[in-house]
Amino acid sequence: MTPLPPLSASDLPPAICLFALLLIPLAVAGLAFVNAGLSRSRSAAHTMMAALCVVGVAAVAYFITGFAWQGYPGLPSHTLVVYGKEWSWLGAGRYFLGGLPLEGSTVSLAALSQLLSVGLAAMIPLGAAGERWRLRACCLSTALLAGFTYPLFAHWVWGGGWLARLGASYGVGLGFLDVGGSATIQVVGGLTAMSLAWLLGPRRGKYNLEGMPAALPGHNIVLVLFGCILALVGWMGLNAAGAILFAGVLPGRVVLVGINTLLSAGAALLAALGITRLRFGKPDASLCANGWVSGLAASSAGCAFVPPAAALLIGLVVGALVTYTVAWLEAQWGLDDPAGAISVHAFGGIWGILAVGLFPRAAATAMAHTGIPPAVIPSGQMLAQIIGVATLVGFVLPLTYSLNWLLNRICPQRIPPEEERQGADLYELGAGAYPEFMTHTDEFTQW
Amino acid sequence: MGMKITGLLLMPAGWFIELAALVLLRNFSVQCAFSAAGIGVEILGLVLLARSHRGARRESE
Repeated sequence: MTPLPPLSASDLPPAICLFALLLIPLAVAGLAFVNAGLSRSRSAAHTMMAALCVVGVAAVAYFITGFAWQGYPGLPSHTLVVYGKEWSWLGAGRYFLGGLPLEGSTVSLAALSQLLSVGLAAMIPLGAAGERWRLRACCLSTALLAGFTYPLFAHWVWGGGWLARLGASYGVGLGFLDVGGSATIQVVGGLTAMSLAWLLGPRRGKYNLEGMPAALPGHNIVLVLFGCILALVGWMGLNAAGAILFAGVLPGRVVLVGINTLLSAGAALLAALGITRLRFGKPDASLCANGWVSGLAASSAGCAFVPPAAALLIGLVVGALVTYTVAWLEAQWGLDDPAGAISVHAFGGIWGILAVGLFPRAAATAMAHTGIPPAVIPSGQMLAQIIGVATLVGFVLPLTYSLNWLLNRICPQRIPPEEERQGADLYELGAGAYPEFMTHTDEFTQW
Repeated sequence: MGMKITGLLLMPAGWFIELAALVLLRNFSVQCAFSAAGIGVEILGLVLLARSHRGARRESE
């Protein structure tokens, strides 16, 4: 048997990148488990089935139009000229990945990474809309997200669009920085989740006549916590691949990316654990899981730039934030979000984006190869990050809300109330997730 | 319905303030002030949208 030739230095970045990319489905699986575990048993099979559909539909929709509209730096794009400055607003590639050499080039790796990441973004709304979202509507809404909303914003950040070029065009820091997708994946998914939670309304029995929310606990916390561990592995791949492909950092920095991702998640968990222990007397496992995932979501934006101590701080803040926003959104904004997806991904992601602006010199050092003089960087990085957040809230949220509102008019997205009482499993799939475990209320009331 | 539409329109309005500040202004501190104003308008829109949904839910109950 002829021995394989040793890997050369030029082969190393694609090899590391490919390995990292192939971990991303674990993040998707992790979120699916979190969503399923936090839903009630009568809708558990429906939630997992919807998760599978979401991944498939997202990949197909992204394959058809997504990468063509997202593009990649150096590929053709549609531009506007505003006051003498070019604004690249949409990729102008070919549909169906046409003309893309799929042989391990950077562009082809970016296409693969996005085919996997868009499934992660589409998984987030499922957490907020769980137990009452029709499967057909879920697929159509996912197609809109993966085929249009996601690629549009991702072009602005990762495809050489106007947000990424804020630094070069207007001298605003290094431009909007988002290494692993705190904005493009987490906040875009989180804001879509928010739109759907509003449009679908709360689950039956969630609010009483006075508008006070009731606790509807998930059916399997073990599944939720297992999902958190899977998500960590997937997130390391997501952040590492993003750092190499979209921030252009050297492959050696993958070590820092891994450390920062883990520290942020761990610190967020500890913060959530401490706060729930103080508030309720015992740690709340579901809020701790939310804290863990929010730490991952917040870590993505700056994982390749910030020092480990900063990642720890980012995690501590987001873990504390999430324990309050989950209850606040439920009580004050009337948002019924079974998996806490809005707090975790939208709020956690926004904090992660803004945190990059707090450590501009670290970003400047890491991005020294871009040729921007470090002296001009610190002054504007926070402004660049704020403009990115403003774009998410001011453009992406109204867009995704309007698209889902329109879809709701054409194809009602909510399961009818009577069928919701039986559970989405019986109504949509014709069978429950746990047919051998029948619960009869009278068995309990007799005792 | 009016509150919902107002909320939905205020959010892009805030975003346009951000973009206008970026394109038209040169002074960094003035840019920051306009950006803060843009964010404020967006938050106002978000709050209105949230209140419109909460109000609609109470009416349906």
